[in-house]
Amino acid sequence: MTIAVIVFPGTNCEHDIIHALGLAGAESEHVWHRDTDLSGAHGIVLPGGFAHGDYLRTGAIARFSPIMEEVARLADAGVPTLGICNGFQILCEAGLLPGALVANRDLKFICRPTHLRVESTDSVLTRAAEIGQVLRIPLNSYEGNYVADDIDNVENAGDVILRYSDAAGHVDSTTNPNGSTNSIAGITNAGRNVAGLMPHPERASEKILGSDDGMALIEGFVASTGLVDA
Amino acid sequence: MTRTFTVSITRKPGLSDPEGTTTRKALIDLGFTDVSHVSFGRTIVVTIDAPDEDEARAQIEAMCVKLLANPVMESYVVEASS
Repeated sequence: MTIAVIVFPGTNCEHDIIHALGLAGAESEHVWHRDTDLSGAHGIVLPGGFAHGDYLRTGAIARFSPIMEEVARLADAGVPTLGICNGFQILCEAGLLPGALVANRDLKFICRPTHLRVESTDSVLTRAAEIGQVLRIPLNSYEGNYVADDIDNVENAGDVILRYSDAAGHVDSTTNPNGSTNSIAGITNAGRNVAGLMPHPERASEKILGSDDGMALIEGFVASTGLVDA
Repeated sequence: MTRTFTVSITRKPGLSDPEGTTTRKALIDLGFTDVSHVSFGRTIVVTIDAPDEDEARAQIEAMCVKLLANPVMESYVVEASS
């Protein structure tokens, strides 16, 4: 196995991420949520969508899908693990990343390009980017508003890897699309091998899509799996 | 014996509750000017077979912690339905 792209009922970005991982030189394959074996996976991606219909809370039911025990086992063992949008919500519900995602500040589904400022390169997702670099990547979510019970812990631990900004990299309340605490768009775990973000880098993987800025993140993730030389 | 419980889940204080804020404004516009706070939540009714109420309640509490509520953003109250 190469990179495992987990598919839940309601996942809808599983083909897009395989395409983007391919552009970065990595083979990947779909793994159904009822499977229980990820042995040999060099990396794991939980793609976007509406797993289990987002019933109860986003990610709440997906977090107990049979494959998730195996995802947690590999993540704990240091395997690069990435959650995009709904995948980020699932990783938070599973406790593999701190915090949770709640409804957007203005109670509107947001589907538009956003600018993200890279805050840290100490993660499997941002290792190929530069601190302060601004990436133009689309956001597509209703529950994208990041909260944590101890936000100071998250900040002080250096877990924040991406913030919503303007094109110049300036961050304030006017550049925050969804009310996310401290404009947080992406975070990593203490081990730095698990990362999640609400915007969709795979939707900014080619110029023809309006931006290929997402490849700075995808390429970093692929490099961290060891499947392609950094 | 079959027992039914109502689990009320609410947003933790301090977290934004835009539905509550907007609804409060609407109530004030309608003349209910003394409304100081409105918050939204979710009600889940669970029916369970258990030998006694304590056992049933213990199981419902465990369900709340594991799945029904997310302690990062929600609080919950369990009440036995008559």
